[in-house]
Amino acid sequence: MTSYLDDNRGIMSWLATRDHKRIAIMFLIATAGALLLGGVFALVLRIELLVPGKLFLSAMDYNRMFTHHGVVMVFLFMVPVIPTVFGNFFLPIMLGAPDLAFPRLNLASFYVYVTGAIIVIAAMWFGGLDTGWTFYAPYSTTSPTAVATGTFGVFVVGVSSILTGVNFIATVHTMRARDMGWTKLPLFVWSIYATAIIQVIATPVLGLSLLLVAVDHAWALGIFDPAMGGDPVLFQHLFWFYSHPAVYIMILPAMGVVSEVVCTFSHNPPASYRAIAISSLGIAFVGFLTWGHHMFVAGMSTFDVGAFGFLSMFTAIFSAIKVFTWTSTLRHGAVRVTTPMLYFFGFMFLFVFGGMTGVALATSSLDIHWHDTYFVVAHFHFIMVGGTLTMYLAALHYWFPKMFGRMYPRRWSIVAATAVVLGFIFTFTPQFLLGNAGMPRRYWSYPPEYQWLHILSTAGASILAMGLALNLAYLVWAVFRGPRAERNPWGSRSYEWLAPTPPPPHNFDEPLVIRRGPYDYHLPE
Amino acid sequence: MTAIEPGPAEARELVRAADIQFQDLDKQAQAVRFGIWVFLASELLLFAGLFALYTAYRTEYPAGFAEAIRHAELAIGTINTSLLIVSSFTAASALRAIRSGARRAALGWLGATLVLGIVFLALKGVEYSRHAAEGALPGVYYAFRELPGHGAQLFFTLYYFMTGLHVLHLAAAVLVLAWLTSRVSRRKTTAAYHADLEAGVLYWHLVDCIWIFLYPLFYLLT
Repeated sequence: MTSYLDDNRGIMSWLATRDHKRIAIMFLIATAGALLLGGVFALVLRIELLVPGKLFLSAMDYNRMFTHHGVVMVFLFMVPVIPTVFGNFFLPIMLGAPDLAFPRLNLASFYVYVTGAIIVIAAMWFGGLDTGWTFYAPYSTTSPTAVATGTFGVFVVGVSSILTGVNFIATVHTMRARDMGWTKLPLFVWSIYATAIIQVIATPVLGLSLLLVAVDHAWALGIFDPAMGGDPVLFQHLFWFYSHPAVYIMILPAMGVVSEVVCTFSHNPPASYRAIAISSLGIAFVGFLTWGHHMFVAGMSTFDVGAFGFLSMFTAIFSAIKVFTWTSTLRHGAVRVTTPMLYFFGFMFLFVFGGMTGVALATSSLDIHWHDTYFVVAHFHFIMVGGTLTMYLAALHYWFPKMFGRMYPRRWSIVAATAVVLGFIFTFTPQFLLGNAGMPRRYWSYPPEYQWLHILSTAGASILAMGLALNLAYLVWAVFRGPRAERNPWGSRSYEWLAPTPPPPHNFDEPLVIRRGPYDYHLPE
Repeated sequence: MTAIEPGPAEARELVRAADIQFQDLDKQAQAVRFGIWVFLASELLLFAGLFALYTAYRTEYPAGFAEAIRHAELAIGTINTSLLIVSSFTAASALRAIRSGARRAALGWLGATLVLGIVFLALKGVEYSRHAAEGALPGVYYAFRELPGHGAQLFFTLYYFMTGLHVLHLAAAVLVLAWLTSRVSRRKTTAAYHADLEAGVLYWHLVDCIWIFLYPLFYLLT
């Protein structure tokens, strides 16, 4: 049986494909492009910050640069990346289905994403954006930059996210193989499912708030402008009602990858399947009730501050349930340290440390000190970016043999993983210190006593960049030249490894029959 | 109920195969039905943000909002409301007809639905132009002398934005239903498989339901 990669040749067989695996590969290329672009913006920022005052960017260009970095990384990379690439590729295979429920819709999601991304990048090219990725009104509605175009582009990307979410939810509900009950789903499916629910519920609210900003910027509607009776804090409420759950859109799929990687490489079922599955839904639910913690200093009653603080800490309980379940899985397993596991160890440090600082930030007395400083920047880069980026790379290294039928050079991958994780920690640890010492975020200049910390951070960023560049180099090489991979090189019990490598166009040569669960390591393969 | 007459057209219907990813047509219909409900939930949330915004501003400016509602085009709003309610009935009747294989009746009901939708849009256009003539425009363009306050200004901004978004949805629903009408006439959507029409009609109902909430907010609640 020919694999999905060889089934048809020619560029059109890719661009017009309805095969979820090919669409996943196209998303992989598009989101990797976004990561590269956002990464270059980050490096430019870090180099500019080597000295107080101007090195080579004006203050205005600096504002543009950090906005572009945030917008590209959040909306074009981190939100879509794991669901559209690995969710797309593996969700149907894990369910034993030949494709997603709506393959044409899936292809449409891709083109809607690309259209949105092009609009966003066009806005950056023509006039740029200088509002920060949060687009706070009323500044965003009066900024001289291309806010209307940029926010409209993000809105379009959001439509793609909703379509993907609808497709995934319908697929999980209606496309499972015979006898595959809800408790026989691989945990990655649970996390993608929980994510899809958030995508479908929260994204329209973000889309709406950005649409309001876009229309307001284009035609001066003044809907959030105090001069016309509007209330700018209302924008923040609408924005964070999406954007806080969006944090979980970014981290939940990463957690799904963790569950798969941990079970496979400790050759052990999860310490509690139920705890992991239910805590995913718990995070998805409570995540909707915490948005107010972004506005502790924006004018909020003491009661609301306390309630939002409490609810924010509550999500940490669900996260902790997961962390303890994973460590307990390792504790009772036969652990093999592979490249995905290295990324997992990095994830654990970044996620736990970032999570603890999150609980601290949910305490209003501390938040008032740290609000809008580098402490917050370091916190969300640790937990959100660190968590997502490390597990994105882990997923890539874990599923690479199945996706491309080839193996990557392990030594290089270990070097790259070490550089990425250490570089990441090295970049953001100084930023915790900077923030605690009072350095506000988004500032172009700073007093000289902060300089050594900025230099350290930039040094870390260059190590991180080298690690990522190395990843890109050997993975591209391995796609074409890597040694052939076996069907199940890691000895996993999860269903996707039952499919041929690389899978044929409709995933299985014959319909999948479920005889055991995805974590039954006590049974032969 | 019209009985299915087994002619050549119906014979063709019976062999329509499910898309490759589904075991059979029933599974496919189930997925389409499930998918559209999820999508409708998402659409509701889009408007939910606006309803929240309306509530917040109405609480801040109760008098301004009440005054502005007294200047609403109550007659047009009421006619439009009844048009949409009737259109939901005709859309549902089209679905009922296709289920029993009455293709011509379904086409008639769909045509009536489309006409009602288009008349709604036309009346909405008349309404907008009347407001514009008075100077009741959104944002900085607001120049309605009778009601100079911020409350009325915000009311009209929200009015244009919310009803405008609804108009876009209705226009989309008209296009979708027109496409489905052509599918029915080409015998692509039939008694054997009509999940696509079901989805389209559900979307039409959603657009109608949203209007049912917009109507009191912008015409009645003085």
